[in-house]
Amino acid sequence: MAQNFYQKEIETMSPEDMKKLQSEKLVKQVKHVYENVPYYKNLMDEKGVKPEDIKGIEDLHKLPFLTKADLRDAYPYGLLATPLENCVRIHSTSGTTGKRVVAFYTQKDIDLWEDCCARAIVAAGGSKKDVCQVAYGYGLFTGGFGLNGGSQRVGCLTLPMSSGNTERQIQFMMDLNATILCCTPSYAAYIGESLKEQGYKPEDIPLKAGIFGAEPWTEEMRRSIEETLGIKAYDIYGLTESTGPGVSFECSEQTGMHINEDHFLAEIIDPDTGEVLPEGEKGELVFTSLDKEAFPLLRYRTRDICVLSRKKCSCGRTLVKMAKPMGRTDDMLIIRGVNVFPSQIETVLLKEGYEPNYQIVVDRVNNNDTFEVNVEMTSEQFTDKVSDVLKMEKSLANAMKIMLGINPTIHLVAPKTIARSEGKAVRVIDKRKLI
Amino acid sequence: MAIKQLTVFVPNRKGTIVAVTDILAKNNINMRALSIAETEDFGILRLIVNDETAAEKVLNESDYLIKVVDVVGVKIGDEPGKLTEALDVLDKADINVEYLYAFMARTEKHAYVVLRVENNECAENALTSAGFKLITEADVNKL
Repeated sequence: MAQNFYQKEIETMSPEDMKKLQSEKLVKQVKHVYENVPYYKNLMDEKGVKPEDIKGIEDLHKLPFLTKADLRDAYPYGLLATPLENCVRIHSTSGTTGKRVVAFYTQKDIDLWEDCCARAIVAAGGSKKDVCQVAYGYGLFTGGFGLNGGSQRVGCLTLPMSSGNTERQIQFMMDLNATILCCTPSYAAYIGESLKEQGYKPEDIPLKAGIFGAEPWTEEMRRSIEETLGIKAYDIYGLTESTGPGVSFECSEQTGMHINEDHFLAEIIDPDTGEVLPEGEKGELVFTSLDKEAFPLLRYRTRDICVLSRKKCSCGRTLVKMAKPMGRTDDMLIIRGVNVFPSQIETVLLKEGYEPNYQIVVDRVNNNDTFEVNVEMTSEQFTDKVSDVLKMEKSLANAMKIMLGINPTIHLVAPKTIARSEGKAVRVIDKRKLI
Repeated sequence: MAIKQLTVFVPNRKGTIVAVTDILAKNNINMRALSIAETEDFGILRLIVNDETAAEKVLNESDYLIKVVDVVGVKIGDEPGKLTEALDVLDKADINVEYLYAFMARTEKHAYVVLRVENNECAENALTSAGFKLITEADVNKL
Protein backbone atom coordinates (compact mmCIF):
# COMPACT_ATOMS: atom_id res chain seq x y z
CA MET A 1 0.00 0.00 0.00
CA ALA A 2 1.34 3.38 -0.94
CA GLN A 3 2.17 5.43 2.12
CA ASN A 4 1.64 9.13 2.13
CA PHE A 5 3.35 11.65 4.28
CA TYR A 6 2.60 15.28 4.91
CA GLN A 7 6.21 16.20 5.71
CA LYS A 8 8.15 13.18 4.54
CA GLU A 9 11.67 14.43 5.31
CA ILE A 10 10.74 14.89 8.99
CA GLU A 11 8.46 11.90 9.36
CA THR A 12 11.01 9.48 7.94
CA MET A 13 14.18 11.17 9.19
CA SER A 14 16.94 8.88 10.47
CA PRO A 15 17.18 8.70 14.27
CA GLU A 16 20.66 10.28 14.17
CA ASP A 17 19.49 13.26 12.15
CA MET A 18 16.41 13.61 14.38
CA LYS A 19 18.61 13.64 17.48
CA LYS A 20 20.77 16.34 15.93
CA LEU A 21 17.76 18.43 14.96
CA GLN A 22 16.23 18.04 18.43
CA SER A 23 19.49 19.00 20.11
CA GLU A 24 19.85 22.18 18.07
CA LYS A 25 16.26 23.15 18.78
CA LEU A 26 16.48 22.28 22.50
CA VAL A 27 19.45 24.59 23.06
CA LYS A 28 17.53 27.46 21.48
CA GLN A 29 14.28 26.66 23.28
CA VAL A 30 15.97 26.53 26.72
CA LYS A 31 17.67 29.87 26.06
CA HIS A 32 14.35 31.39 24.94
CA VAL A 33 12.61 30.19 28.12
CA TYR A 34 15.42 31.21 30.47
CA GLU A 35 15.53 34.71 29.05
CA ASN A 36 11.78 35.30 28.86
CA VAL A 37 10.06 33.25 31.57
CA PRO A 38 11.16 34.36 35.07
CA TYR A 39 9.06 31.58 36.61
CA TYR A 40 11.12 28.86 34.88
CA LYS A 41 14.38 30.81 35.24
CA ASN A 42 13.84 30.62 39.01
CA LEU A 43 13.30 26.87 38.82
CA MET A 44 16.54 26.49 36.83
CA ASP A 45 18.46 28.80 39.15
CA GLU A 46 17.25 26.85 42.18
CA LYS A 47 18.54 23.67 40.57
CA GLY A 48 21.79 25.39 39.60
CA VAL A 49 21.29 24.82 35.86
CA LYS A 50 22.31 27.45 33.32
CA PRO A 51 21.17 27.50 29.68
CA GLU A 52 24.76 26.82 28.57
CA ASP A 53 24.70 23.52 30.53
CA ILE A 54 22.22 22.22 27.97
CA LYS A 55 24.23 21.32 24.89
CA GLY A 56 21.95 18.67 23.45
CA ILE A 57 19.16 16.27 24.28
CA GLU A 58 21.55 14.20 26.42
CA ASP A 59 21.43 17.10 28.91
CA LEU A 60 17.65 17.21 29.06
CA HIS A 61 17.52 15.36 32.39
CA LYS A 62 19.30 18.29 34.07
CA LEU A 63 16.28 20.56 33.60
CA PRO A 64 13.61 20.91 36.30
CA PHE A 65 10.12 19.54 35.72
CA LEU A 66 7.00 21.59 35.20
CA THR A 67 3.72 20.29 36.57
CA LYS A 68 0.09 21.21 36.21
CA ALA A 69 0.40 22.89 39.61
CA ASP A 70 3.05 25.22 38.13
CA LEU A 71 0.68 26.10 35.31
CA ARG A 72 -2.01 26.96 37.82
CA ASP A 73 0.38 29.00 39.97
CA ALA A 74 1.57 30.92 36.95
CA TYR A 75 -1.97 31.54 35.64
CA PRO A 76 -2.55 33.43 33.44
CA TYR A 77 0.66 35.08 32.14
CA GLY A 78 3.43 33.55 34.29
CA LEU A 79 4.72 31.15 31.64
CA LEU A 80 4.23 33.40 28.65
CA ALA A 81 7.53 33.72 26.77
CA THR A 82 6.73 36.49 24.33
CA PRO A 83 4.99 39.86 24.65
CA LEU A 84 1.21 39.49 24.49
CA GLU A 85 1.14 41.65 21.35
CA ASN A 86 2.88 38.82 19.47
CA CYS A 87 0.13 36.36 20.44
CA VAL A 88 -2.87 35.81 18.21
CA ARG A 89 -4.95 33.27 20.13
CA ILE A 90 -5.52 31.42 23.38
CA HIS A 91 -6.98 28.01 24.15
CA SER A 92 -7.91 26.62 27.52
CA THR A 93 -8.49 23.35 29.33
CA SER A 94 -11.96 22.38 30.50
CA GLY A 95 -10.99 23.00 34.11
CA THR A 96 -12.85 19.95 35.37
CA THR A 97 -9.96 18.94 37.61
CA GLY A 98 -9.27 22.37 39.03
CA LYS A 99 -8.42 25.87 37.86
CA ARG A 100 -8.28 26.43 34.15
CA VAL A 101 -5.01 26.45 32.27
CA VAL A 102 -4.66 29.01 29.49
CA ALA A 103 -2.19 28.46 26.64
CA PHE A 104 -1.05 31.22 24.26
CA TYR A 105 -0.16 30.95 20.57
CA THR A 106 1.71 33.11 18.10
CA GLN A 107 0.87 32.67 14.42
CA LYS A 108 3.96 30.48 14.04
CA ASP A 109 2.83 28.31 16.98
CA ILE A 110 -0.51 27.82 15.24
CA ASP A 111 1.14 27.05 11.90
CA LEU A 112 3.29 24.31 13.46
CA TRP A 113 0.33 22.92 15.37
CA GLU A 114 -1.74 22.74 12.20
CA ASP A 115 1.13 20.96 10.47
CA CYS A 116 1.05 18.34 13.23
CA CYS A 117 -2.68 17.83 12.70
CA ALA A 118 -2.15 17.66 8.94
CA ARG A 119 0.38 14.85 9.46
CA ALA A 120 -2.27 12.97 11.45
CA ILE A 121 -4.90 13.40 8.73
CA VAL A 122 -2.53 12.25 5.97
CA ALA A 123 -1.47 9.26 8.12
CA ALA A 124 -5.15 8.33 8.33
CA GLY A 125 -5.30 8.31 4.53
CA GLY A 126 -6.48 11.88 4.03
CA SER A 127 -5.75 13.95 0.93
CA LYS A 128 -7.17 16.99 -0.88
CA LYS A 129 -9.85 14.72 -2.33
CA ASP A 130 -11.35 14.11 1.09
CA VAL A 131 -14.26 15.75 2.85
CA CYS A 132 -13.31 16.14 6.49
CA GLN A 133 -16.07 16.59 9.04
CA VAL A 134 -14.72 18.21 12.20
CA ALA A 135 -17.14 17.44 15.02
CA TYR A 136 -14.85 18.42 17.88
CA GLY A 137 -16.00 21.47 19.79
CA TYR A 138 -14.79 24.80 18.38
CA GLY A 139 -13.89 27.37 20.97
CA LEU A 140 -11.52 27.37 23.92
CA PHE A 141 -11.16 23.59 23.45
CA THR A 142 -8.30 22.82 21.08
CA GLY A 143 -9.99 19.95 19.20
CA GLY A 144 -12.11 21.85 16.69
CA PHE A 145 -9.62 24.52 15.66
CA GLY A 146 -6.68 22.10 15.60
CA LEU A 147 -8.19 19.54 13.25
CA ASN A 148 -9.87 22.28 11.23
CA GLY A 149 -6.47 23.85 10.57
CA GLY A 150 -4.88 20.49 9.77
CA SER A 151 -7.68 19.58 7.41
CA GLN A 152 -7.35 22.82 5.47
CA ARG A 153 -3.58 22.40 5.24
CA VAL A 154 -4.06 18.96 3.70
CA GLY A 155 -6.55 20.56 1.31
CA CYS A 156 -9.60 18.59 2.42
CA LEU A 157 -12.99 20.17 2.02
CA THR A 158 -13.52 20.99 5.68
CA LEU A 159 -16.92 20.85 7.39
CA PRO A 160 -16.58 22.92 10.57
CA MET A 161 -19.51 21.25 12.33
CA SER A 162 -18.34 21.59 15.95
CA SER A 163 -19.85 19.12 18.39
CA GLY A 164 -23.52 18.39 19.05
CA ASN A 165 -26.66 18.58 16.92
CA THR A 166 -26.28 14.99 15.82
CA GLU A 167 -29.12 15.13 13.32
CA ARG A 168 -27.37 17.94 11.45
CA GLN A 169 -24.05 16.06 11.66
CA ILE A 170 -25.68 13.07 9.98
CA GLN A 171 -27.40 15.19 7.35
CA PHE A 172 -24.14 16.89 6.32
CA MET A 173 -22.22 13.62 6.48
CA MET A 174 -24.66 11.89 4.14
CA ASP A 175 -25.45 14.85 1.82
CA LEU A 176 -21.85 16.04 1.38
CA ASN A 177 -20.25 12.58 1.46
CA ALA A 178 -17.91 13.17 4.37
CA THR A 179 -15.02 10.70 4.19
CA ILE A 180 -13.15 11.57 7.40
CA LEU A 181 -14.72 12.22 10.79
CA CYS A 182 -12.81 13.99 13.56
CA CYS A 183 -14.35 14.00 17.05
CA THR A 184 -14.12 12.39 20.46
CA PRO A 185 -14.46 8.59 20.41
CA SER A 186 -17.58 8.74 22.58
CA TYR A 187 -19.21 11.14 20.14
CA ALA A 188 -18.19 8.93 17.20
CA ALA A 189 -19.86 5.99 18.97
CA TYR A 190 -22.95 8.11 19.54
CA ILE A 191 -23.12 9.23 15.90
CA GLY A 192 -22.67 5.59 14.90
CA GLU A 193 -25.54 4.47 17.11
CA SER A 194 -27.77 7.23 15.75
CA LEU A 195 -26.97 6.22 12.16
CA LYS A 196 -27.75 2.61 13.03
CA GLU A 197 -31.07 3.61 14.63
CA GLN A 198 -31.96 5.46 11.44
CA GLY A 199 -31.37 2.26 9.49
CA TYR A 200 -27.99 3.10 7.89
CA LYS A 201 -25.67 0.15 7.36
CA PRO A 202 -21.88 0.63 7.45
CA GLU A 203 -21.76 0.36 3.63
CA ASP A 204 -24.28 3.23 3.29
CA ILE A 205 -22.01 5.58 5.24
CA PRO A 206 -19.48 7.51 3.07
CA LEU A 207 -16.85 7.72 5.85
CA LYS A 208 -13.60 5.79 5.41
CA ALA A 209 -11.61 6.99 8.40
CA GLY A 210 -12.03 8.65 11.76
CA ILE A 211 -9.53 10.57 13.89
CA PHE A 212 -10.63 10.31 17.48
CA GLY A 213 -9.02 11.66 20.61
CA ALA A 214 -9.26 14.01 23.60
CA GLU A 215 -10.47 11.25 25.91
CA PRO A 216 -9.38 7.76 26.87
CA TRP A 217 -10.82 4.90 24.83
CA THR A 218 -10.15 1.22 24.51
CA GLU A 219 -9.40 -1.22 21.69
CA GLU A 220 -12.87 -2.72 22.19
CA MET A 221 -14.41 0.70 21.67
CA ARG A 222 -12.27 1.15 18.54
CA ARG A 223 -13.52 -2.11 17.06
CA SER A 224 -17.10 -1.27 17.86
CA ILE A 225 -16.84 2.19 16.21
CA GLU A 226 -15.06 0.71 13.19
CA GLU A 227 -17.82 -1.84 12.73
CA THR A 228 -20.73 0.54 13.16
CA LEU A 229 -19.35 3.21 10.84
CA GLY A 230 -17.47 0.92 8.44
CA ILE A 231 -14.21 2.87 8.88
CA LYS A 232 -10.70 2.66 10.22
CA ALA A 233 -10.50 4.55 13.50
CA TYR A 234 -7.24 6.35 14.31
CA ASP A 235 -6.17 7.65 17.67
CA ILE A 236 -4.76 11.14 18.11
CA TYR A 237 -3.16 12.53 21.25
CA GLY A 238 -2.42 15.95 22.56
CA LEU A 239 -2.89 18.28 25.44
CA THR A 240 -3.83 21.92 25.56
CA GLU A 241 -0.74 22.73 27.64
CA SER A 242 1.57 21.61 24.86
CA THR A 243 -0.56 22.81 21.91
CA GLY A 244 -3.60 20.56 21.42
CA PRO A 245 -4.30 17.43 19.36
CA GLY A 246 -1.50 16.29 17.07
CA VAL A 247 1.30 15.90 19.59
CA SER A 248 1.12 12.30 18.40
CA PHE A 249 -1.05 10.38 15.94
CA GLU A 250 -1.71 6.89 14.69
CA CYS A 251 -0.71 5.49 11.31
CA SER A 252 -2.09 2.56 9.31
CA GLU A 253 -0.45 0.08 11.68
CA GLN A 254 -2.68 1.21 14.56
CA THR A 255 -0.20 0.06 17.17
CA GLY A 256 0.61 3.28 18.96
CA MET A 257 0.94 6.93 18.09
CA HIS A 258 3.93 8.54 16.35
CA ILE A 259 5.08 11.54 18.33
CA ASN A 260 5.86 14.65 16.32
CA GLU A 261 9.22 14.63 18.02
CA ASP A 262 10.70 17.38 15.90
CA HIS A 263 8.39 19.65 17.94
CA PHE A 264 7.81 17.66 21.12
CA LEU A 265 10.64 15.82 22.81
CA ALA A 266 9.31 12.88 24.83
CA GLU A 267 10.68 11.17 27.92
CA ILE A 268 9.32 8.48 30.23
CA ILE A 269 10.07 8.96 33.90
CA ASP A 270 9.41 7.13 37.13
CA PRO A 271 6.53 9.19 38.55
CA ASP A 272 7.78 8.73 42.11
CA THR A 273 11.49 9.46 41.73
CA GLY A 274 11.51 11.58 38.56
CA GLU A 275 14.27 9.36 37.17
CA VAL A 276 14.34 8.91 33.38
CA LEU A 277 13.43 5.34 32.36
CA PRO A 278 14.86 3.45 29.37
CA GLU A 279 12.83 2.86 26.20
CA GLY A 280 10.14 0.24 26.64
CA GLU A 281 9.57 0.86 30.32
CA LYS A 282 6.24 2.07 31.62
CA GLY A 283 6.15 5.42 33.35
CA GLU A 284 4.94 9.00 33.19
CA LEU A 285 5.13 10.77 29.86
CA VAL A 286 7.03 14.08 29.91
CA PHE A 287 7.15 16.54 27.01
CA THR A 288 9.55 19.33 26.17
CA SER A 289 8.47 21.73 23.47
CA LEU A 290 11.17 22.49 20.90
CA ASP A 291 9.69 25.23 18.72
CA LYS A 292 7.22 27.14 20.86
CA GLU A 293 7.32 30.92 20.84
CA ALA A 294 4.46 31.90 23.16
CA PHE A 295 3.96 29.02 25.57
CA PRO A 296 7.05 26.81 25.64
CA LEU A 297 7.02 24.10 28.30
CA LEU A 298 10.21 22.34 29.33
CA ARG A 299 9.87 18.86 30.84
CA TYR A 300 6.15 19.13 31.37
CA ARG A 301 4.75 16.17 33.30
CA THR A 302 1.61 15.01 31.51
CA ARG A 303 0.58 12.57 34.26
CA ASP A 304 -0.22 10.08 31.46
CA ILE A 305 1.23 6.64 32.05
CA CYS A 306 2.62 5.08 28.88
CA VAL A 307 5.47 3.37 27.07
CA LEU A 308 7.67 4.61 24.18
CA SER A 309 8.89 2.41 21.36
CA ARG A 310 11.35 2.88 18.51
CA LYS A 311 10.50 -0.41 16.83
CA LYS A 312 10.43 -0.14 13.04
CA CYS A 313 6.95 0.77 11.84
CA SER A 314 5.46 -0.67 8.65
CA CYS A 315 4.16 2.79 7.68
CA GLY A 316 7.73 3.99 7.10
CA ARG A 317 7.69 6.69 9.76
CA THR A 318 10.70 6.78 12.03
CA LEU A 319 9.04 9.03 14.62
CA VAL A 320 9.04 7.43 18.07
CA LYS A 321 5.76 5.78 19.03
CA MET A 322 3.87 6.09 22.29
CA ALA A 323 1.38 3.48 23.44
CA LYS A 324 -2.14 4.58 24.17
CA PRO A 325 -1.90 6.03 27.72
CA MET A 326 -2.81 3.29 30.18
CA GLY A 327 -4.13 5.74 32.67
CA ARG A 328 -3.03 8.85 34.45
CA THR A 329 -0.91 9.09 37.53
CA ASP A 330 -3.71 11.11 39.10
CA ASP A 331 -6.36 8.60 37.95
CA MET A 332 -4.64 5.61 39.42
CA LEU A 333 -6.29 4.27 42.52
CA ILE A 334 -4.55 2.03 44.99
CA ILE A 335 -7.24 -0.22 46.40
CA ARG A 336 -6.26 -2.88 48.94
CA GLY A 337 -2.70 -2.36 47.76
CA VAL A 338 -3.53 -3.02 44.11
CA ASN A 339 -3.14 -0.41 41.33
CA VAL A 340 -6.46 0.13 39.59
CA PHE A 341 -6.94 2.34 36.53
CA PRO A 342 -10.45 3.37 35.49
CA SER A 343 -9.48 2.36 31.92
CA GLN A 344 -9.25 -1.27 33.07
CA ILE A 345 -12.81 -1.10 34.39
CA GLU A 346 -13.90 0.33 31.05
CA THR A 347 -12.22 -2.49 29.14
CA VAL A 348 -14.07 -5.10 31.18
CA LEU A 349 -17.41 -3.34 30.75
CA LEU A 350 -17.08 -3.17 26.97
CA LYS A 351 -16.00 -6.81 26.80
CA GLU A 352 -18.99 -7.87 28.87
CA GLY A 353 -21.41 -5.94 26.68
CA TYR A 354 -22.05 -2.92 28.90
CA GLU A 355 -21.90 0.74 27.98
CA PRO A 356 -18.82 2.44 29.50
CA ASN A 357 -21.00 4.41 31.92
CA TYR A 358 -19.72 3.67 35.38
CA GLN A 359 -18.58 5.16 38.63
CA ILE A 360 -16.02 3.79 41.03
CA VAL A 361 -16.66 4.45 44.72
CA VAL A 362 -13.84 3.73 47.13
CA ASP A 363 -14.13 4.10 50.88
CA ARG A 364 -12.40 2.82 53.98
CA VAL A 365 -14.45 0.99 56.57
CA ASN A 366 -12.75 -0.49 59.65
CA ASN A 367 -9.33 0.03 58.02
CA ASN A 368 -10.37 -1.96 54.95
CA ASP A 369 -10.88 -0.47 51.52
CA THR A 370 -14.33 -0.92 50.06
CA PHE A 371 -14.45 -1.02 46.26
CA GLU A 372 -17.77 -0.53 44.56
CA VAL A 373 -18.52 0.04 40.91
CA ASN A 374 -21.85 1.43 39.79
CA VAL A 375 -22.64 0.47 36.22
CA GLU A 376 -25.49 1.68 34.08
CA MET A 377 -27.37 -1.16 32.43
CA THR A 378 -29.30 -0.79 29.21
CA SER A 379 -32.99 -1.51 28.76
CA GLU A 380 -32.06 -4.60 26.72
CA GLN A 381 -30.09 -5.97 29.67
CA PHE A 382 -32.75 -5.25 32.28
CA THR A 383 -35.14 -8.07 33.11
CA ASP A 384 -38.11 -8.34 35.46
CA LYS A 385 -36.38 -11.01 37.55
CA VAL A 386 -34.32 -10.02 40.58
CA SER A 387 -32.25 -13.18 40.23
CA ASP A 388 -31.19 -12.22 36.69
CA VAL A 389 -29.98 -8.79 37.79
CA LEU A 390 -28.07 -10.32 40.71
CA LYS A 391 -26.51 -12.89 38.38
CA MET A 392 -25.37 -10.12 36.01
CA GLU A 393 -23.80 -8.26 38.93
CA LYS A 394 -21.98 -11.36 40.06
CA SER A 395 -20.63 -12.25 36.65
CA LEU A 396 -19.42 -8.68 36.08
CA ALA A 397 -17.69 -8.72 39.48
CA ASN A 398 -15.94 -11.96 38.47
CA ALA A 399 -14.78 -10.50 35.16
CA MET A 400 -13.35 -7.49 37.02
CA LYS A 401 -11.64 -9.71 39.54
CA ILE A 402 -9.87 -11.53 36.69
CA MET A 403 -8.70 -8.21 35.20
CA LEU A 404 -7.78 -6.39 38.41
CA GLY A 405 -6.97 -9.08 40.93
CA ILE A 406 -9.39 -7.67 43.46
CA ASN A 407 -13.12 -8.16 43.80
CA PRO A 408 -15.43 -5.16 43.46
CA THR A 409 -19.05 -4.98 44.53
CA ILE A 410 -21.09 -4.23 41.45
CA HIS A 411 -24.27 -2.20 41.57
CA LEU A 412 -26.25 -2.12 38.37
CA VAL A 413 -28.19 1.12 38.04
CA ALA A 414 -30.60 2.69 35.56
CA PRO A 415 -29.24 4.58 32.50
CA LYS A 416 -28.35 8.26 32.94
CA THR A 417 -28.31 7.99 36.72
CA ILE A 418 -24.55 8.35 37.20
CA ALA A 419 -23.68 11.96 37.95
CA ARG A 420 -22.12 13.90 35.11
CA SER A 421 -20.24 17.16 35.37
CA GLU A 422 -20.07 19.40 32.27
CA GLY A 423 -20.97 16.35 30.21
CA LYS A 424 -18.07 14.32 31.58
CA ALA A 425 -19.07 11.46 33.84
CA VAL A 426 -17.59 11.59 37.33
CA ARG A 427 -15.64 8.33 37.19
CA VAL A 428 -14.11 8.11 40.62
CA ILE A 429 -15.33 9.01 44.07
CA ASP A 430 -12.58 8.33 46.57
CA LYS A 431 -14.04 9.00 49.99
CA ARG A 432 -10.80 7.94 51.67
CA LYS A 433 -9.27 11.30 50.80
CA LEU A 434 -11.86 13.11 52.91
CA ILE A 435 -10.81 11.40 56.15
CA MET B 1 -53.97 -14.42 25.73
CA ALA B 2 -51.23 -13.18 28.06
CA ILE B 3 -51.48 -9.86 29.83
CA LYS B 4 -48.83 -7.14 29.84
CA GLN B 5 -46.84 -6.42 32.96
CA LEU B 6 -44.87 -3.22 33.21
CA THR B 7 -41.59 -3.74 35.07
CA VAL B 8 -39.76 -0.71 36.48
CA PHE B 9 -36.25 -0.65 37.94
CA VAL B 10 -35.80 1.71 40.89
CA PRO B 11 -32.99 2.22 43.36
CA ASN B 12 -33.82 1.05 46.88
CA ARG B 13 -34.05 4.54 48.33
CA LYS B 14 -36.64 6.68 50.02
CA GLY B 15 -39.04 8.34 47.60
CA THR B 16 -38.39 6.27 44.50
CA ILE B 17 -41.76 4.46 44.46
CA VAL B 18 -43.80 7.59 44.96
CA ALA B 19 -41.97 9.17 42.04
CA VAL B 20 -43.25 6.40 39.76
CA THR B 21 -46.81 6.37 41.09
CA ASP B 22 -46.91 10.15 40.84
CA ILE B 23 -46.07 10.06 37.12
CA LEU B 24 -48.80 7.47 36.55
CA ALA B 25 -51.33 9.48 38.57
CA LYS B 26 -50.56 12.71 36.72
CA ASN B 27 -51.17 10.88 33.44
CA ASN B 28 -54.43 9.43 34.64
CA ILE B 29 -53.18 5.85 34.55
CA ASN B 30 -54.89 3.48 36.93
CA MET B 31 -53.02 0.67 38.61
CA ARG B 32 -54.71 -2.72 38.88
CA ALA B 33 -51.97 -4.53 40.70
CA LEU B 34 -48.55 -3.71 42.06
CA SER B 35 -45.87 -5.95 43.47
CA ILE B 36 -42.34 -5.08 44.54
CA ALA B 37 -39.29 -7.28 44.74
CA GLU B 38 -36.43 -5.67 46.54
CA THR B 39 -32.76 -6.21 47.30
CA GLU B 40 -30.51 -4.07 49.43
CA ASP B 41 -29.64 -1.93 46.39
CA PHE B 42 -32.60 -1.87 44.09
CA GLY B 43 -36.24 -2.74 43.69
CA ILE B 44 -38.22 -4.04 40.74
CA LEU B 45 -41.79 -2.79 40.54
CA ARG B 46 -44.22 -4.99 38.66
CA LEU B 47 -47.37 -3.25 37.59
CA ILE B 48 -50.60 -4.14 35.88
CA VAL B 49 -52.23 -0.94 34.65
CA ASN B 50 -55.31 -0.04 32.67
CA ASP B 51 -53.31 1.52 29.82
CA GLU B 52 -49.94 -0.20 29.48
CA THR B 53 -48.91 1.65 26.28
CA ALA B 54 -49.45 5.07 27.85
CA ALA B 55 -47.68 4.04 31.05
CA GLU B 56 -44.68 2.74 29.10
CA LYS B 57 -44.51 6.00 27.16
CA VAL B 58 -44.61 8.38 30.13
CA LEU B 59 -42.12 6.36 32.17
CA ASN B 60 -39.79 6.15 29.19
CA GLU B 61 -39.96 9.91 28.83
CA SER B 62 -38.83 10.22 32.44
CA ASP B 63 -35.82 7.96 31.68
CA TYR B 64 -36.97 5.00 33.74
CA LEU B 65 -35.49 1.62 32.99
CA ILE B 66 -38.56 -0.40 32.07
CA LYS B 67 -39.42 -3.69 30.48
CA VAL B 68 -42.79 -4.99 29.37
CA VAL B 69 -43.23 -8.72 29.83
CA ASP B 70 -46.10 -11.09 29.11
CA VAL B 71 -47.52 -12.73 32.19
CA VAL B 72 -50.39 -15.12 32.75
CA GLY B 73 -53.46 -13.79 34.56
CA VAL B 74 -55.84 -16.32 36.02
CA LYS B 75 -59.16 -15.88 37.81
CA ILE B 76 -59.67 -17.91 40.98
CA GLY B 77 -62.46 -18.19 43.51
CA ASP B 78 -62.17 -16.12 46.66
CA GLU B 79 -62.16 -19.10 48.99
CA PRO B 80 -59.50 -20.96 51.00
CA GLY B 81 -57.57 -23.41 48.87
CA LYS B 82 -58.29 -21.90 45.46
CA LEU B 83 -54.76 -20.63 44.89
CA THR B 84 -53.42 -24.04 45.90
CA GLU B 85 -55.62 -25.65 43.25
CA ALA B 86 -54.22 -23.41 40.55
CA LEU B 87 -50.63 -23.93 41.66
CA ASP B 88 -51.17 -27.68 41.84
CA VAL B 89 -52.16 -27.67 38.19
CA LEU B 90 -48.92 -25.94 37.24
CA ASP B 91 -46.86 -28.16 39.49
CA LYS B 92 -48.31 -31.29 37.90
CA ALA B 93 -47.54 -29.85 34.46
CA ASP B 94 -43.95 -29.33 35.66
CA ILE B 95 -44.15 -25.56 35.27
CA ASN B 96 -41.94 -23.45 37.50
CA VAL B 97 -43.41 -20.19 38.80
CA GLU B 98 -40.78 -17.46 38.90
CA TYR B 99 -42.97 -15.17 40.97
CA LEU B 100 -46.63 -14.36 41.46
CA TYR B 101 -48.88 -11.80 43.06
CA ALA B 102 -52.62 -11.66 43.53
CA PHE B 103 -55.33 -9.04 43.81
CA MET B 104 -59.01 -9.05 44.67
CA ALA B 105 -61.77 -8.24 42.26
CA ARG B 106 -63.71 -5.13 43.23
CA THR B 107 -67.25 -6.38 42.76
CA GLU B 108 -67.37 -10.10 42.06
CA LYS B 109 -66.33 -12.59 44.69
CA HIS B 110 -63.10 -13.86 43.27
CA ALA B 111 -59.44 -12.95 42.96
CA TYR B 112 -56.88 -12.66 40.18
CA VAL B 113 -53.43 -14.17 40.23
CA VAL B 114 -50.61 -12.88 38.06
CA LEU B 115 -48.06 -15.58 37.27
CA ARG B 116 -44.58 -15.22 35.80
CA VAL B 117 -43.49 -18.50 34.22
CA GLU B 118 -40.92 -19.53 31.64
CA ASN B 119 -43.45 -20.61 29.03
CA ASN B 120 -46.77 -18.79 29.04
CA GLU B 121 -48.48 -21.07 26.55
CA CYS B 122 -47.82 -24.24 28.59
CA ALA B 123 -49.12 -22.59 31.75
CA GLU B 124 -52.18 -21.25 29.96
CA ASN B 125 -53.00 -24.64 28.46
CA ALA B 126 -52.57 -26.41 31.77
CA LEU B 127 -54.79 -23.92 33.57
CA THR B 128 -57.56 -23.80 30.98
CA SER B 129 -57.66 -27.61 30.67
CA ALA B 130 -58.14 -27.73 34.44
CA GLY B 131 -61.12 -25.39 34.06
CA PHE B 132 -59.53 -22.11 35.10
CA LYS B 133 -60.52 -18.92 33.37
CA LEU B 134 -57.67 -16.71 32.16
CA ILE B 135 -57.86 -12.95 32.03
CA THR B 136 -56.91 -11.01 28.93
CA GLU B 137 -55.68 -7.48 28.23
CA ALA B 138 -59.27 -6.56 27.45
CA ASP B 139 -60.36 -7.83 30.87
CA VAL B 140 -57.63 -5.83 32.56
CA ASN B 141 -58.68 -2.65 30.80
CA LYS B 142 -62.24 -3.15 31.98
CA LEU B 143 -61.34 -3.88 35.58
